[in-house]
Amino acid sequence: MNAALKQLRSVLVSLRLTVLLLAMSIVLIFWATLDQVHLGVWGVQQKFFHSFVVTARVGELEVPVYPGGYLIGGLLLANLLSAHIYRFKLGWKKLGIWIVHAGLILLLIGELVSGLVQQDYHMSLDEGETKNYSESNRRNELAVVDVTDPAFDDVVAIPESLLARGAVVQSPKLPFRVVPRGYFPNALIQMRSDVPNAPPSPANAGMGAMLAVTPQEVSYTEDAHNTPAAYVELVGPDASLGTYVVSTRLGNPQRFDYGGRSFKLVMRPERHYQPFAITLEKFSHDIYPGTDIPKNFSSKIKLASPDGSLNREVLIYMNNPLRYAGLTYYQESFNGEHNSVLEVVRNPSWLVPYISCGAIALGLVIQFLMHLAAFARKRRTA
Amino acid sequence: MNRRLPYLIALGALVCALSGLFPMAGGPPEGVTAFGRLPVLSEGRMKPLDSVARNTLLVIQGRQRVVTPEGRELSPDEWLLDVFFRPDLADTYKVFVVDNTDLLSLIGKSEDSQKIRYDKTSQQIAAMIGFIPSNQRRMSFKEIEPYLAQIEAQDKLAEPVEAAERTRFQSAVIQLAGNLSRYLRLRRAMVPEGSDNFLGELLHLQENLADGINAVRDKEAGKPHDEAKAAAMLDEGQKFVGMSESTDLLAIPPDDEDTDANDWHNTGHALLETFGKGFVDPSVLSYAGIGYAWRTGQPDKLAHIVEMYQKSLDQRFAKQVQKVRVETIFNRAEPFYACMLIYLTAFGFAALSWLKWVEPARRTAWGLVALAWVLATLGIATRMWLEGRPPVTNLYSSALFIGWGSVGLCLILEWTYKNAIGSAAAGMIGFATLLIAHHLALAGDTLEMMRAVLDSNFWLATHVVVVTTGYASTFLAGMLAIIYILRGVFTKTLDKATADALARMVYGIVCFATLFSFVGTVLGGIWADQSWGRFWGWDPKENGALIIVVWNALILHARWGGLVKQRGLVCLAVFGNIVTSWSWFGTNMLGIGLHSYGFTQAAFWWLSGFIVTQLALIALANLPLEKWRSFRAPAGPAV
Repeated sequence: MNAALKQLRSVLVSLRLTVLLLAMSIVLIFWATLDQVHLGVWGVQQKFFHSFVVTARVGELEVPVYPGGYLIGGLLLANLLSAHIYRFKLGWKKLGIWIVHAGLILLLIGELVSGLVQQDYHMSLDEGETKNYSESNRRNELAVVDVTDPAFDDVVAIPESLLARGAVVQSPKLPFRVVPRGYFPNALIQMRSDVPNAPPSPANAGMGAMLAVTPQEVSYTEDAHNTPAAYVELVGPDASLGTYVVSTRLGNPQRFDYGGRSFKLVMRPERHYQPFAITLEKFSHDIYPGTDIPKNFSSKIKLASPDGSLNREVLIYMNNPLRYAGLTYYQESFNGEHNSVLEVVRNPSWLVPYISCGAIALGLVIQFLMHLAAFARKRRTA
Repeated sequence: MNRRLPYLIALGALVCALSGLFPMAGGPPEGVTAFGRLPVLSEGRMKPLDSVARNTLLVIQGRQRVVTPEGRELSPDEWLLDVFFRPDLADTYKVFVVDNTDLLSLIGKSEDSQKIRYDKTSQQIAAMIGFIPSNQRRMSFKEIEPYLAQIEAQDKLAEPVEAAERTRFQSAVIQLAGNLSRYLRLRRAMVPEGSDNFLGELLHLQENLADGINAVRDKEAGKPHDEAKAAAMLDEGQKFVGMSESTDLLAIPPDDEDTDANDWHNTGHALLETFGKGFVDPSVLSYAGIGYAWRTGQPDKLAHIVEMYQKSLDQRFAKQVQKVRVETIFNRAEPFYACMLIYLTAFGFAALSWLKWVEPARRTAWGLVALAWVLATLGIATRMWLEGRPPVTNLYSSALFIGWGSVGLCLILEWTYKNAIGSAAAGMIGFATLLIAHHLALAGDTLEMMRAVLDSNFWLATHVVVVTTGYASTFLAGMLAIIYILRGVFTKTLDKATADALARMVYGIVCFATLFSFVGTVLGGIWADQSWGRFWGWDPKENGALIIVVWNALILHARWGGLVKQRGLVCLAVFGNIVTSWSWFGTNMLGIGLHSYGFTQAAFWWLSGFIVTQLALIALANLPLEKWRSFRAPAGPAV
């Protein structure tokens, strides 16, 4: 083996590298915690943990300044695996350490996977309301709904990312193309009459002509919600139908008729449909007497499927979520006395941390007890 | 003699500790103490009036002691009686802390006007050093009253600013406004504003109730009526509405057959029901009677009424009354205060044992630590029984528990090593954590109710207890490391055997800390997964706990890899103190995330100061070996 490779190997298997990486991970976590005040927990995860490098803005450039979670985690994994392969020795003495490290490898991989596949939505229900979908917390979509048949809605949903790219969408369900003419990740929508100096806009259909769109700074904090807006032109085979303003800020869908069919156009949080429906039967919220400290929240819901095979009542309350069909519904918050907001999480790798942490804890206990036994033996003979 | 001395000292300490339990000559009369035992519903739980008085005093003035302008000292119960029934006097007691300069100028004072002038030179010097107070920090309601409008206006301006971004003046004015309103809510809890003889008024009302109600009914029906009687009745009603809206002390139990502890209401509310029930609530009358007896200086009558009223509750609320009784005794015993003093003494004896008088001083220290630990155990157990909860439910109780856990480990260390190091560490950590707890108690009721999100005894008992034990042991490792550094640098007592033993202790405790902080953090993850469907959310408190785990792992790996020897190990362990204090307090100061239940701003400066001292200790440890007094001798250990 040539000298350079040998040197690389001795660095890779060294405890020195382990200590360095552990120290770097501490700095990363600490920095991320501080930055959470500005970025919010989701922004921090993207910037620090689900990334190879952490970048900082210097003038116009994004400059890498620190290794991100993937890089540090990956190197730790490489360090751990290579050290074990290189110094492989089977024996009882190292059993605890072996188990700890095996659990740790599983934990690192599990966290990587869950970072990639975990998705969260929410579901806001008024008492008596039924929904068979939950809404994304961050992603939006442009829905073109064919409402010609009053009994049935035919939906074409265009993800926000396509609008952002300016991609022209043509669907066999629609007699026109959807052509994005401008997209703003966060924008204020006002009546044009309230903003005398608003620049002219391309919008001329629906409410478009009456509205002024003012782009806003994108916010990453937890409670602030970005309200994206876009200009979309609908182009038929012969002529344009006009350009609309769409935004999640506009509550009601804009309706129009074309080719003998009726459509609704609305930008809304991305929906995730599920093959069952949830009805909020009752929301309860108690406070401790004489205070405004919340004592408990709970939502009594009915879980039902259209074919009637599923029909049961469930009480969701703090520390007691509903797990069903790979989704976890937990009590998140509420709006007023008769509305409940459930958070909906899909995390297929939820079992991994249980196994890996169980292994690590077991390994630590074994190692700790062996140390203690050795110590006691030594003292007895001393 | 030398053999018995440790026992004698421990016994003396025990006697001092228990002395608070027994009434002293010159203390308040029995009736007043019994008044303090009366149960009320406040801040969501049943508690004795004694706790209401003590907590309010701690919040508004940072201590329980009240001195009248004439120089007479009042017990918290006497103070509360005055607030309820002699507000004209209570308004003159200096119980509001105002020490922000801008706030002083808002209420027409300056730092200069608050200076205490001493005549004797010795006193002047003592005041300069800070041995005796140099300015008046406390003010009476009467002094502040003319400026209430200004304070309210400034409070309204400051309120919308986010807590983390407030200036010191803004925080101070919000705090003062809060304290004033807290005081006023108490002052209006039992007697309406400006009423001289409330008992008389109530008896008068009782007599004329039937006529009055008829008059009002007739008036509303448009029939002929006695206008004066109707007007008087409506006046009373207005007064009671005002009372019911101006207090949050639920002092009046529900009607006889109702035993639900949640149905208590305030005096005004109970009085409003008079018109429906046709008689004045007997509990309200009892309190009015107590007020009458107190105002007219008849302690026997007061004791008698309190006893009668207490008896009416004993049956219906037997369980709560029992807890309330125990809480009153607990308040009076102040076990943690006694522990604090004993820990400090124990530390003194442990340190002494390294210099001279080795064995007796060491045994005394051990005995004192054990005694204080038993007292702390009893105190924590009592709190658990009162709350019906596992030991750690808020920052205050986490401080108690961290101290308790560390000292417990120290007792084992001392039992094993018998070199007074365990006792010294125990004394320091025990004292420091109780001091922190004391300051945390200034935020209000330490037995407060749990917010809904934390309401799970199972997870509080597992995750919180284990992770707090992890904190405790990480602190203990740091404290042992500090002993290593201080003894090594400043004394000649750190010989090779002691240095090796200390390093071994640090290493062992770090192992223990790794295990507990890891398992505790994982249990937190499982709680999060059970409750919120995600194992790990990068919440600040979660990150803080994770950093502790990683830091402990780093220490162990650095040690195994031979990257550090004894001195390096102790430096890393001292840095562990910084990591742990950040996780314990720093993360709460960010004011974000699911765990930000204990936001404290004043703590920021303390935390910064603590971190600076720890860094200084690390710098000290990095002095070249020939500067260490213990290692200056040529035959020092190779470290």
